[in-house]
Amino acid sequence: MKTALIVEDSNTTRSLIKSVIEEVGDINAFEAATGFEALKALPRQPFDLIIVDINMPDINGFELLNFVKNNDQYKSIPVVIVSTESSEDDKKKGMALGAAAYLTKPFKLEELQGIVRKALSL
Amino acid sequence: MKTSKKDFIAESEEILENVNSCLLELQSAFNPETLNSLFRAIHTMKGLSGLFGLKGITDLSHALESLLDDLRLDKVALTDDTINFIFGNIDILKKLITQIDEDEEIIEDLPDGGQGSTLRDDVKAAIKAIESFREAGKSKSNDISTEDIGISPAILRVLSEYEEHRLKSNVKEGKGLYLVKVVFDMTSFAPGLEALNSNLKALGEVIATLPNSEGVSEGSIGFNLLFGSHSKINNIKSKAESADIEMLSPPMKTEDSKTITSAPKALEMPLKSTTNVVRVDIGKLDRILNTVGELMLAKGAVARIGRELADSIGYTPLTIDIHKIVQTLDRRFTELQDYILELRMIPFSQIFGRLTQVVRRYTREVGKEINLELFGEDTEIDKLLAEEIIDPLIHLVRNAIDHGIEMGDKRVALGKKRCGTVTLKAFSKGNNVVVTVQDDGAGLDTDKIFRKAVKDKLIAANQVLDRKEIFDLIFLPGLSTKEEASEISGRGIGMSIVKERLAPFGGFVEIESERNVGTTYSLTLPITVAIIKALIIKVANERFAVPLTSISETCIVKPEKIQTIEGSEVIEVRGEMLPLLRVAQVFMIEEKPNDEYFAVIIGFGDRRLGLLVDLLLEQTEIVIKPLGEHLKNIQGLAGAAEIGRHEIILVLDVEAMMEEAFSKKKIIRTVSGL
Repeated sequence: MKTALIVEDSNTTRSLIKSVIEEVGDINAFEAATGFEALKALPRQPFDLIIVDINMPDINGFELLNFVKNNDQYKSIPVVIVSTESSEDDKKKGMALGAAAYLTKPFKLEELQGIVRKALSL
Repeated sequence: MKTSKKDFIAESEEILENVNSCLLELQSAFNPETLNSLFRAIHTMKGLSGLFGLKGITDLSHALESLLDDLRLDKVALTDDTINFIFGNIDILKKLITQIDEDEEIIEDLPDGGQGSTLRDDVKAAIKAIESFREAGKSKSNDISTEDIGISPAILRVLSEYEEHRLKSNVKEGKGLYLVKVVFDMTSFAPGLEALNSNLKALGEVIATLPNSEGVSEGSIGFNLLFGSHSKINNIKSKAESADIEMLSPPMKTEDSKTITSAPKALEMPLKSTTNVVRVDIGKLDRILNTVGELMLAKGAVARIGRELADSIGYTPLTIDIHKIVQTLDRRFTELQDYILELRMIPFSQIFGRLTQVVRRYTREVGKEINLELFGEDTEIDKLLAEEIIDPLIHLVRNAIDHGIEMGDKRVALGKKRCGTVTLKAFSKGNNVVVTVQDDGAGLDTDKIFRKAVKDKLIAANQVLDRKEIFDLIFLPGLSTKEEASEISGRGIGMSIVKERLAPFGGFVEIESERNVGTTYSLTLPITVAIIKALIIKVANERFAVPLTSISETCIVKPEKIQTIEGSEVIEVRGEMLPLLRVAQVFMIEEKPNDEYFAVIIGFGDRRLGLLVDLLLEQTEIVIKPLGEHLKNIQGLAGAAEIGRHEIILVLDVEAMMEEAFSKKKIIRTVSGL
């Protein structure tokens, strides 16, 4: 059983992502509607994957990614950015901060599943 | 995927509601935070519709998002025109969302032909218009580079473009930049952080919140808040005592003297968070209510068994126990019911928000100056009722703008302010909610209404009507005194709709009007339609329910006391003549002669009526359900309800009974029969 944390403020998008990645295999996906919720969820249990949006109400996805990658406890967790931001700058920024992949919305469901499979080596 | 589509529609509506309130807020005062929320809302709309392959919505949201991005990055100036322009485009987005069929398995993108193709053209035109709007509004910004600000790259590299822009704006405004560092417990940082945020906001702007775990002990989490302010470091320290503050650049001009006195209220608002909200289909709540209803019946049965037991074996510890448990169940069920009802409630601010838009749009169209005043926005109403009354309210508001408020010059000539006022008020009154729509316009012209009604053969020319009765004529289908039907309030079909919409749930409308002073429409509605108390009455072998809210009293009527005046039956109640209506006759039920009858008195003031029935059975709580296709056109019935063991009972439409007894309908029948 693998665990994933989905950080996304749109309820519908979040549950869509959840159902899509749970199809990949034995994955239990947890949901966080904001960056703060994600920060609270992180210490509660180990995660094998984090999927994060960029534009969120409290802290942005880059800030969350940066936090994860600078924390000894979490830095090995692969972080996938799923965002509507399609600018090259944002992509570069995300990858420079240590994201495992950067996916632009709207994305193909198989594409996300492929990325998840790779990140979790399933 | 079917549920997802429903979710999509629900979330979209929520987003647009939010967009609406942001736009209204921006109109009254500029606040970068509101603008950013607006941007984020449209941004979410874009992402969401993209996932569902709704190209029209995605493209339009994308164009709007770009415009809003320009606005929040100060590339285009935010003016009243800009806000109106955005409002117009939001309307198109709404149209696109309404034409999605939630039951279809696959969402069709805009269909070919018919409405689809005009919508498609609308979207294309709108996107083009947004692009040219952005082009025309582009102002040259003298940008400063982030390198000049002197902030460590470690911070800069995590800022979003917007945060970067806010950083530059703060520097441009001569604010000092500070890094406010705090450490909280990992599991419970949110309240502390929110408190700090709102304290800081009184002095400036929190540009970014950066979580941080370097140099922080295990089980804790650090936050670095990038903060821009005109205040000096000492002042900030007093607002953020638990924090360690580092000054990155000093303020150019300080405004401490001003900020200390009082911070603007809007800025003190805590971070908006929607994380604790769950969205539930109202149908699910209805199912829970039904189950609670069933449980109540079961509780009734337990109470009866207890009573019977007590009758046969007397008050033993066992029967007393049963009695106690029945009482506890009673209290808890009532609580449970209240909680569920509470969940169905929404504040009037949501309804008023939509009406505000209508006023804005129509005011512009008719070229009148109108000031809209709102009161009682916190008053709550059942979500289902809210949906039902929105159209009648829109109609009344349009009517007030179109027919009520005079043109500016005429108002000045009458000694009134040039700018007319429309006031919307909502307040609770007992078990009811009252909404009033008031204008300070011309008032209703009773002579004109009367003449028109005679001309249209709605009443006879020699009919004698008092003021209120004449006012009521405007609710008759077909009556409009405006010679040229305007686009706005249509052709007299509207006002009758107001009454029709309210009737099914026992709501009614009253008019107060005075020439050249204005008109007030008051809509009285039950607070909830979910569960109401009702009196069960019996006529021959038939039973009916009468909503308790419409009943003022009941009394016993001896047959010999019934008098006949001008062909109508009346009785004297405390010195006043009360008209009677035999429920049996309304539904053509064969009457049995009785030694005594009961009168259920409904209505208020001078519009009271006694419903003559054989027996009063009990008071009970019912859930009114609409009648099916075949029965729904029967006059006099508001719906059906389940009582007892799956027994169905019909609920009387009190308003229709009043119509039957008082209104001109009867008169119309005779007049047209002449």
